[in-house]
Amino acid sequence: MTPEEQKAFEDKLYAYVGVEVCSRKPAKDAVNETMIRHWTEVMGDNNPAYTDAQWAAQSRRGKTIAPPAMMYVWNQEGYSVASTGRASDPQTDMVEMLTEHGFTGVLGTNVKQEYFKEASPGDTVYVEMVIDNISERKATARGAGYFFETLATFSDQNGDKLGTQRFRVLKFIPQEQPAAAAADDKLEVPTRIPSPRGHDNGWWWNAVDEGKVLIQRCTDCQTLRHPPRPMCGECQSMAWDSIESTLDGEVMSFTCLRHPKIPGYPADPICAVIKLAEGTNIVSNVVGCDFEDVHIGMKVTGKVEQVDEKTMLPQFYPAQAGA
Amino acid sequence: MTFSLKDQAAIAGIGVTPFSKSSGVSELSLAAQCVVAACDDAGISPGDIDGLVSYTLDHNEEVDVARAVGARDLTFFSRVHYGGGAAVGTILQAVMAVASGQAENVVCYRAMNGRSGKRMGQGVSGQIITSSYIHYSWYMAYGMLVPGSWIAMIANKYMHEYGVTREDLGRVAISQRNYAQQNPRAYGYGKPLDMETYLASDPIASPLCLYDFCQETDGGCAILVTSADRARSLQRKPAIIRGVSQASTRGQEEMTSFYREELTSLPEMQLAGERAYAMAGLGPDDIDAACLYDAFTSEVIMQLESFGFCGPGEGKDMVRDGALDRDGRLPNNTHGGLISEAYIHGMNNIAEGVRLVRGESTGQPDKAVEHVLVSSGVGVPTGALILGRD
Repeated sequence: MTPEEQKAFEDKLYAYVGVEVCSRKPAKDAVNETMIRHWTEVMGDNNPAYTDAQWAAQSRRGKTIAPPAMMYVWNQEGYSVASTGRASDPQTDMVEMLTEHGFTGVLGTNVKQEYFKEASPGDTVYVEMVIDNISERKATARGAGYFFETLATFSDQNGDKLGTQRFRVLKFIPQEQPAAAAADDKLEVPTRIPSPRGHDNGWWWNAVDEGKVLIQRCTDCQTLRHPPRPMCGECQSMAWDSIESTLDGEVMSFTCLRHPKIPGYPADPICAVIKLAEGTNIVSNVVGCDFEDVHIGMKVTGKVEQVDEKTMLPQFYPAQAGA
Repeated sequence: MTFSLKDQAAIAGIGVTPFSKSSGVSELSLAAQCVVAACDDAGISPGDIDGLVSYTLDHNEEVDVARAVGARDLTFFSRVHYGGGAAVGTILQAVMAVASGQAENVVCYRAMNGRSGKRMGQGVSGQIITSSYIHYSWYMAYGMLVPGSWIAMIANKYMHEYGVTREDLGRVAISQRNYAQQNPRAYGYGKPLDMETYLASDPIASPLCLYDFCQETDGGCAILVTSADRARSLQRKPAIIRGVSQASTRGQEEMTSFYREELTSLPEMQLAGERAYAMAGLGPDDIDAACLYDAFTSEVIMQLESFGFCGPGEGKDMVRDGALDRDGRLPNNTHGGLISEAYIHGMNNIAEGVRLVRGESTGQPDKAVEHVLVSSGVGVPTGALILGRD
């Protein structure tokens, strides 16, 4: 493009800023338990607030909710797009114009959601969307292009705002990029930092990999100790075996870690010192409930779970009432 | 053949570099500058240095510092472990060296590009390869990677047990920020803090928020220790070392002593205090001002109890009474501390202790200051130092 052509093109492009992609319209289906179950199964999210009606009935809310991150799911077009194609709207028009001018590459770069209110089965989610902003022409590692951002606003049948989603897309002129392409092949989803395993603690983590939490026991004086150490501090014996913990315990103290965000970790993890029924303390996460519901003295029960692709960890849940 | 270290040695000089968020120079440059500044303060030549002590976490080798400043023969060099727990431990090393004749002019130093270089807040998130870090295997996978996460666990239990509020922590932060308004070296100079701003600050590791955390700083601080007699012959008023201690207690871990029966006190700090008091022949009532290690606000309140300034659970009451302020019972961190002056790993709190004894602090209380208590890092093997006016 000559400078004049680029100017003419950009005038047309920037005219899309602020244009409405769709006015407020309801989702085809109301929020429902079936779709919530599908979504949480795929995500591996077993928070009982989403799927356990019995648990939820006793919770602060008194009912299950849809995962807030599902907000955008309800208004997806679904399989009709595959058979009849996507209906044109200002966003598809803009994307087509970019493609026609050589910006054929497309890359979703960021999604940012904000939540204001929860939705429960029976609620209907409405969406409205605008093209919020378009960047100046950028030279990126992928090639020259423009970032544009749509802003979707979700509300319920009463008009109450549920949340917003900003979706940022790069439309670009693809470059020959063998190096970048090769790097893509190696992209891995970050996982939690693996626990270093040495002579004195490796056996404990190996047992966790097999689903068990063990407590080291001196075979001479029977004293339990955790974390594991090579020698009994009571009788100096180096002979030991272990018992398997029932993972019943009580929260001695806890903290919710809100900053910094760490790749591979859930947002705002709750960590706790838990006094186990056997008498030793262990540090772990408390999951399956909100931060506001965690308190010192709370009874918890743990199980070993796979928390990401590479990591098995004990995780503690609020103990069921009466259990 | 034991002998007391009481009154054997004194701090004859202190030296600091400017504090910043980006020094633009090497850590060795900062070390050399602060060491020379401490010599200049005392009026001795850097060539007279014969002992050097630092933290195991310091990146500047003793011999590199010696070459940089032009020191000649070193007859004593040593390092102290456990992060900020090393602070007054370096002084203990120096006092023992001086009292036993191993060296005459020992400089303790800590120099770090703590903001522009390796940051404490990076915690243990990097490659963990050394055996001393293997104990972090018990915390990393759950998300507890940084000092704030470890300290928050103790703070939450302590606050719950004794009814300590966010406002109480805020009073500590604000008191120290107020002192910083008189101290041009301080990060907080010209940046006052009020309770509304404090309470609205971002949560980091509940119950701790932004203003409960110390600074991350580029800078250096050095302390020259020599015999009390020699100090009297030098140009500055000596700060006599009345008592100094190191302490670690049963169940101690580095930052993660979560396996004790109680999580609501600092037994290692209590032991450090008892030992320092015993050496000095003094008690809490004799202490006029303090520089209590303050990587986090909660630690300051807990230490008031560890050092016997009040009973268990009464730290908050002292803070509410304004005890830490300039006209209070125990003016504390009168330079702004690690929270509002700079985070030089506690070394700058020792320098402030010396200024208080000399009567030269920018936050000098109106009352006479005879004895000042300075502590090392909290939640780690630690130590306590009592400085006295000659």
